[in-house]
Amino acid sequence: MRILVIAEHDNQTLKPATLSTLAAAAELGSDISLLVAGHQCQAVADQAAQVPTVSKVLLADNPACANQLAENVARLVLGLAEGYSHILAPSTTTGKNLLPRVAALLGVNQLSDISAVVSADTFKRPIYAGNAIATVQSSDAVKVITVRGTAFDAVAATGGSATIETVSADCDVKQSCFVGEELASSDRPELTAARVVVSGGRGMGNGENFELLYNVADKLGAAVGASRAAVDAGFVPNDMQVGQTGKMVAPELYIAVGISGAIQHLAGMKDSKIIVAINKDEEAPIFQVADYGLVADLFEVMPELEQKL
Amino acid sequence: MKILVAVKRVIDYNVKVRVKADQTDVDLANVKMALNPFCEIAVEQAVRLKEAGQADEIVVVSVGSKSCEEQLRTALALGADRAIRIDTDDGPDSLSVARLLAEVARTEQPGLVLLGKQAIDSDNNQTGQMLAALLDWPQGTFACAMTVTDDGVEVTREVDGGMQTVALTQPAIVTTDLRLNEPRYASLPNIMKAKRKPLAVIEPAALGVTVASNIRLLSVEPPAGREAGIKVGSVDELVDKLKNDAKVI
Repeated sequence: MRILVIAEHDNQTLKPATLSTLAAAAELGSDISLLVAGHQCQAVADQAAQVPTVSKVLLADNPACANQLAENVARLVLGLAEGYSHILAPSTTTGKNLLPRVAALLGVNQLSDISAVVSADTFKRPIYAGNAIATVQSSDAVKVITVRGTAFDAVAATGGSATIETVSADCDVKQSCFVGEELASSDRPELTAARVVVSGGRGMGNGENFELLYNVADKLGAAVGASRAAVDAGFVPNDMQVGQTGKMVAPELYIAVGISGAIQHLAGMKDSKIIVAINKDEEAPIFQVADYGLVADLFEVMPELEQKL
Repeated sequence: MKILVAVKRVIDYNVKVRVKADQTDVDLANVKMALNPFCEIAVEQAVRLKEAGQADEIVVVSVGSKSCEEQLRTALALGADRAIRIDTDDGPDSLSVARLLAEVARTEQPGLVLLGKQAIDSDNNQTGQMLAALLDWPQGTFACAMTVTDDGVEVTREVDGGMQTVALTQPAIVTTDLRLNEPRYASLPNIMKAKRKPLAVIEPAALGVTVASNIRLLSVEPPAGREAGIKVGSVDELVDKLKNDAKVI
């Protein structure tokens, strides 16, 4: 059992999603290589080498991998794949973009977004927006898998000292190039890694009113999310969307404000430990999954909540 | 330029699925089916490109049993010119679908293939990427904006941290995210017209593809249930519960 995990990073920092994916990998075996593919990303490899779960870090430092273009990185992974029984990546937009391409190049299927490891060839994964959990078995020679971060507890980030092996990679396939990006910058914690998440829905009315949530979030050290309705209405940007096709979160505390609770939204947050719903419509489906429901006008309640925290 | 759009018939997004009592699968008997919402966005995008004079033909393709012709007709009513159904049992695996679509793409030679980023039944999010790999074409996944240029396509992608824009050579694969466009409703005259548009049926063998999967579905179970908790009467009570009962703040 040799396992290859693809690291999620921004050429500077190893992202927490990698540590959750390594936790899934550790359930499969202990011979784990972690691929850091990027450009000028030595710092990431150094961080990766400290993760005790990692046996070996493979560092591919190449301008063609700078922006994680799937065409190039898939070619790189294909060249490294021989001898591995499992190839894993986090179920992030980067992993989801890359790994099916790798699977098809290897002539195998991909198991998407697994939430549990049953055995070396059998896994559980949510389907139908999490309304059913499938147990699937793969007889493919290589198991190519994306891992749902919220389903696995992150492994320790430090304490190890794995070797770093440089792999050379001529993987610029010249089919795509990076033009630019607009990344949200925030001092608040990352949505998928936050201990507390405060989310707003259509009931917020407009983008300015999200201030009410930011104020409460800052008191709690929380991240701020949104329902699809709020994103579609243009209140907040897409990277805040929680749900079936947005981000999956499972914080200790999830506070849903002015969110009705469509099944697509519940799919993204119902694994949270404690759910609080604040909505003036007492029939809203969100109350069916909430541990604590408060039927009230959010515009009165949120300032009061901020004050009392 | 010709555009190929791949679509899937899935459970209607408003329907709450139930797992069968014997836990072999979800129960789809007598359940309302529809065009996968992301596929609908892909069809709409193709139609808009044609309306803008950037495409001259839209071919829509689906893989499945005769029942998915209903969704192909929907796509034709939205503005696709002709349809292809590849005749298989329902629900083949993504790699088989990608292999079938790759053969169709080799025959049709489109400049662009549009697909939804994921189907809301299996939630796999992989067919477009696999198709791109098999054809050795570039991919612009999770598109929320796209511009077709003379020899390429520029795609803005929804990524975890925000947006990323990539430039791809043609031919290319683009998979659609929710905010790429808002699909139109088919008009009654267009629904009638769609009934007369050509719809070809192709056997996988004619494409040289054997549909067989190495993935076996062992069981399907309902998710761990979550009971509704209690209603609190005030902010004070809420804060008290979170502090002293749940101990999360």
